[in-house]
Amino acid sequence: MAAQPLGHSATETRHMFLNMGPSHPAMHGIVQLIVELDGERVMGCDVEIGYLHRAFEKESERGPYNNVMPYTDRLNYVSPLINNFGFCLAVERLLGIEVTERCQYIRVIMSEISRITDHLTCIGASAMEIGAFTVFLYMIKAREWLWELVEAVTGARLTISYGRIGGVKADLPEGFAEWTRRVLEEVRKVVLECDTLLTRNRIFADRMQGTGIISKERAISYGITGPFLRGSGIVLDTRKSQPYFVYDRMSFDIPTGEHGDNYDRYLVRMEEMEQSMRIIEQALASIPAGPINIDSEGRVLPANVMVDEAKMGQVAGFKQVRVTLDPTLQGSTRGPHEAVYSSERRVALPAKEDTYGNIEGLMNHFKLIMLGHGLRPPAGEYYSAVEGANGEVGFYVVSDGGDRPYRVRVHPPCFAIMAALPELIVGDMLADIIPTFGSVNMIGGELDR
Amino acid sequence: MVADTSKLSWMTTKLDAALGWARKFSIFQYPFVTACCGMEYMATATSHYDMDRFGAGFPRFSPRQADVLFVVGTISHKLAPVLRRIYDQMADPKWVVAFGVCTCTGGFYDNYATVMGIDTVVPVDIYIPGCPPRPENVLDGLMKLQEKIAQGASAKDPLGPAGRPRELQVPHRPEAHLWSAK
Amino acid sequence: MNLAEAIRQRFPQHVIAARIFRGQQTVVLKREGLLDVARYLRDDAAQYFDMLMDLSCVDYLKFGTAQHSAPTLVTPSPLPYYMTPRPVTETWERGVSNDDYRFDLVYHFYSTAHNHRLRVRVPVAMAHTTVPSLTGVWASADWYEREVWDMFGIRFTGHPNLRRILMYEEFTGHPLRKDYPVRRRQPLIGPMN
Repeated sequence: MAAQPLGHSATETRHMFLNMGPSHPAMHGIVQLIVELDGERVMGCDVEIGYLHRAFEKESERGPYNNVMPYTDRLNYVSPLINNFGFCLAVERLLGIEVTERCQYIRVIMSEISRITDHLTCIGASAMEIGAFTVFLYMIKAREWLWELVEAVTGARLTISYGRIGGVKADLPEGFAEWTRRVLEEVRKVVLECDTLLTRNRIFADRMQGTGIISKERAISYGITGPFLRGSGIVLDTRKSQPYFVYDRMSFDIPTGEHGDNYDRYLVRMEEMEQSMRIIEQALASIPAGPINIDSEGRVLPANVMVDEAKMGQVAGFKQVRVTLDPTLQGSTRGPHEAVYSSERRVALPAKEDTYGNIEGLMNHFKLIMLGHGLRPPAGEYYSAVEGANGEVGFYVVSDGGDRPYRVRVHPPCFAIMAALPELIVGDMLADIIPTFGSVNMIGGELDR
Repeated sequence: MVADTSKLSWMTTKLDAALGWARKFSIFQYPFVTACCGMEYMATATSHYDMDRFGAGFPRFSPRQADVLFVVGTISHKLAPVLRRIYDQMADPKWVVAFGVCTCTGGFYDNYATVMGIDTVVPVDIYIPGCPPRPENVLDGLMKLQEKIAQGASAKDPLGPAGRPRELQVPHRPEAHLWSAK
Repeated sequence: MNLAEAIRQRFPQHVIAARIFRGQQTVVLKREGLLDVARYLRDDAAQYFDMLMDLSCVDYLKFGTAQHSAPTLVTPSPLPYYMTPRPVTETWERGVSNDDYRFDLVYHFYSTAHNHRLRVRVPVAMAHTTVPSLTGVWASADWYEREVWDMFGIRFTGHPNLRRILMYEEFTGHPLRKDYPVRRRQPLIGPMN
């Protein structure tokens, strides 16, 4: 056999392509990274997203304005309350109405609770991915306590649909303030515990420090917001720069990093939890009582009984008195409507007592719920920006004067960060993808919508 | 002769029962976590609700090592081939749990992007409804799954007994999306 | 300072309209002038929009004509008070005709230095769905433009890598257009349900 000429195959070095995802243990969420490797060094990366595209924007156009609310829950499902209120804010500003002061305080409190749960999940999950499983267990434990609070207020743990255009679904339950303070004390202990476990941990610091670096200029050019941007040393927080609700009355600090690496972003998130707790405590201390008109004769009535009796026409007992309902939801036992809803009756659903108790309330409810009638903002457009846990959550709502949104666009904060991901990981080692991706806090529902 | 086979069937029945008992307490699950339900999955798996009590505490992130596929969250048409590929890679015997209403029926995402229930793509043994299901609900589903495992039953493949038809096979081309053309 | 007016004075040939609605400033631009104005927005010291916060698109195919968007009554009205529309204090106009220009590209800019925002709308006609890409000006434009191409089918000239981002390559059509039926499925695997 004739000798083969020396092919290039014997000594050739080639880059290897590695396919991470869409279902990969270290990717919480479904995203596909196609990584080009030279040994262990990442030379190039392509990000494929869209595996959780659920057509949020198309679905929003199908029903009335309040029907968008459940879909917004499922955008960033780790902090759904912030999305709810962001969408409410856009439609309210489009309508040109303001919600009551008590409602604004409630929105601030609930947003901040949501932000803490989000940061707990983010830090816990990314710590787990680089080996610190204990931290994950501790942080989920703390999140569970906060979810119990959320459940008492909204009636659900995760997909809460608590926001309403012109208000919130129900007032805070009895004893909420004391309960929250107690929970926050416990959460503080957990955060401190995790801080002790992680912050000075040699292994953790070595994997986080100096990886996933992005400069200020590139971060701004990519449109990154939130803790990710603040980790690069830019003081930008929509709560401070363009305050909405009652954030301008709260005193809190905006933590920033200086290197723009994973470790700084971790520290920023840890500190933000503390700042959120400060905000909640201030808001609880200064929340106004608001008008709560419960007649002294008002009887507490189970909601199902009232519905059944109203259907049968047996309304003589509660026709003239203000009846206090006792539905499944704790917060709405308090005759709260005037306190947490805008006085604008073209917008706010009437209280259940009115819907079942008098014909005006029933008509008002019917007119707002029935297709083709409902809530009708004037033709126009509005872009509302609220500070989500990942960055700026923007809702761009276009109305044509009808009772359904003509177009709802959501600006997802982690979309911009994922766009920058190739730049973050190129040049690092393969193993550095894990902490970097963890600090991105990719939320599929928000990224792909 | 007749006595022998009856003895044999008694033996195999007992063996199956023993195997089923063993399998139901050592569930190696593959969490195919996509969406919101993943948050409740986390809550169920960690110490507060503690899935470990049911022998299902140790997720395996390789389909080759798993015997129960937990499909947690919405499956879009883009993702469905991936789900099918993972199911095909799992070794028999295998079970599938549809976690959350999106996997059961598509939920309220009735649109161009989502699969209306994963049972059009892979067989499903246990449906856990809820959006997302509460952890108690999940544990209930898990116990029902254990009963099913103990009986040795599992669901039928919607794509036929011969497995996946050729025209439904998805080529594995990791380089297909590459931008390396630049 | 009114940023939209400043742009109108600087580029009178490109600006179709400059408006303020609900306290938000909007400039409607011709697509030929987009690149020039974008560079000016980024580099001018008074504007200094260093962040392209969001880019989306609106399809005006059925604007104001759908069944559910029947015209609201004006006072005096026989309706109950809670249905009577309030007198409109501020009106909104698109700036161009919905028949001539089917799409609007909507850019939201933010300036980290001055803490102000601006919305730029670029009407696009169905016959010429190509728009200059802003990838060279802001890095964030890359993925946003891919998304607009995917969802609305508007091409961006000069984009380095314009392919689908949320949907798969086998998908035909652009789902967020108003004439794409919401339930038209194109499954890769499994039955057509």
